[in-house]
Amino acid sequence: MSQRKKSVSASQNKTQRRSQASLNEDEEASFSQVSSSQVQRARENFTSDQIDRKVAEVVQFILIKDQKKMPIRRADIVKHVIKDYKLLYTDIINRVCRTFEQVFGLKLVETDPKNHIYILINKLDPIQGEPVSMRSVNPKKGLLFVILSVIFMKGGVIKENLVWNSLKKLRVDPGEKHDEFGDVKKVVTDEFVRQKYLEYVKIPHTEPVEYEFRWGLRSEKEVSKLKMLEFVGELFEQDPQSWTQQFREASTVDSSSQRTSS
Amino acid sequence: MSRPMADSHRRFLQTMMSNGIISASQAEALHKHCCETHGAHYVADRLDDFINVINAQLQPLFMYIRKGMSEENGLEYYALVNMTETDITRMASDYADNELELFRKTMDLIVDSESGSASSTDILNSADSLRTKKLKKKETEHVLNKFVQDKWLNEKDGEYTLSVRCVVEMEQYMRTIYPDLIKVCHVCHNIALQCQMCENPACGIKVHLPCAARYFRARSDPHCPSCNDFWPHEIPEMQRFQSQSSQNLPSSSRENTAPTTSRRSRRS
Repeated sequence: MSQRKKSVSASQNKTQRRSQASLNEDEEASFSQVSSSQVQRARENFTSDQIDRKVAEVVQFILIKDQKKMPIRRADIVKHVIKDYKLLYTDIINRVCRTFEQVFGLKLVETDPKNHIYILINKLDPIQGEPVSMRSVNPKKGLLFVILSVIFMKGGVIKENLVWNSLKKLRVDPGEKHDEFGDVKKVVTDEFVRQKYLEYVKIPHTEPVEYEFRWGLRSEKEVSKLKMLEFVGELFEQDPQSWTQQFREASTVDSSSQRTSS
Repeated sequence: MSRPMADSHRRFLQTMMSNGIISASQAEALHKHCCETHGAHYVADRLDDFINVINAQLQPLFMYIRKGMSEENGLEYYALVNMTETDITRMASDYADNELELFRKTMDLIVDSESGSASSTDILNSADSLRTKKLKKKETEHVLNKFVQDKWLNEKDGEYTLSVRCVVEMEQYMRTIYPDLIKVCHVCHNIALQCQMCENPACGIKVHLPCAARYFRARSDPHCPSCNDFWPHEIPEMQRFQSQSSQNLPSSSRENTAPTTSRRSRRS
């Protein structure tokens, strides 16, 4: 957890961080000072049609943010959508979560309980050979998949040079502009990190500064390690079980995530 | 009470969200696939019932899966559309302001034309008068390509037409913006852009090409279905539309490769 926080703050300069922090405290205070009688009064102030509409707007807002893979922050939801309904935030967000699960098969997960940042996770497993692709085909996903498998096969955390060298072997040079991906380094260290697919963290006490990669929270929740291992096995024509450590991790993670989702 | 959704419905909806629009044959294949994947009871010709279950849940969220017909090939499509325009949905747009203005100008030209299409030359000329931010000729071409890729416009031999996705999603908007210009097809009652028109000035009804093919089929002496004047146009052959439908079977890699930048966003 502390690692993740570091990666966030590393990208911000100090003043930004400070103002962010005080903003969060203000917001936190206004959220925690709400008394139950205030909430009760607020409930009486709005008709159920008004609340329904707010729920719909929050759902739309989150879907759009997710579609663009932008961070979903509580502060933005309150500022842009909830507005005067702030006292009913908990009521509304609970109904939003229920809607996502019951209508869309998606789950709203808080990835950062301190800054209140959410992501949407798919509760339905991807299926091979669908008549119409369920996910939009994004060539960048291929790039991501390669990086995730290198990290996973190397034990979960690797220095950035290893990633760049692996990509070079596939003729993707982070130093050159790629036809499909554009600025590869930016896609990997900025876009994928922002979308929580990867963590890109400075290694302490390194001079010159070195960075390492790990799986981000979205990958942990959305990517099946077992399926990845099967894929790597096919690539090397080897039984996935022959990588004992990876296989053990993949099987425990996959079965535990199934338990929580059912 | 509306029937509750199951995972089969949710999978169907997610696919609609990432594709924006799918052909009726794809929708049928997807319906079967979703039911089989989740062990739900599958009835082949109950696709519309299946979709109604989803729509009942989507309605309070101002979304809807709507059926529409392509003016070009007469095939039916299903599109996920947004029923309201709010500040939030406007934010969903993947286009810059000047790109949206270009889209509106293109739409003006198409709606105002007799053929239901606009030439690339006319669109490029209209781009000169953009008020938001000027687009260079090359940029305009690039943006037009993007509209085609995102399935908002169709292009053939330098002529641009509104896609079925655009017509289905923007129907309400177009009726509001062009109350005098928008006519509906006399046969199917949907907005008619690419169509034949009765030449009797007192009548002037419009009929889509595929609708005309169906309506006038087997009539050697075609007359206007409204005023009964002689119908002076060449009646398109049904064959033309049916032969195209075979190219559109589920495998359709074309739909899959198009970048689906937007699930439910509004363009204007």
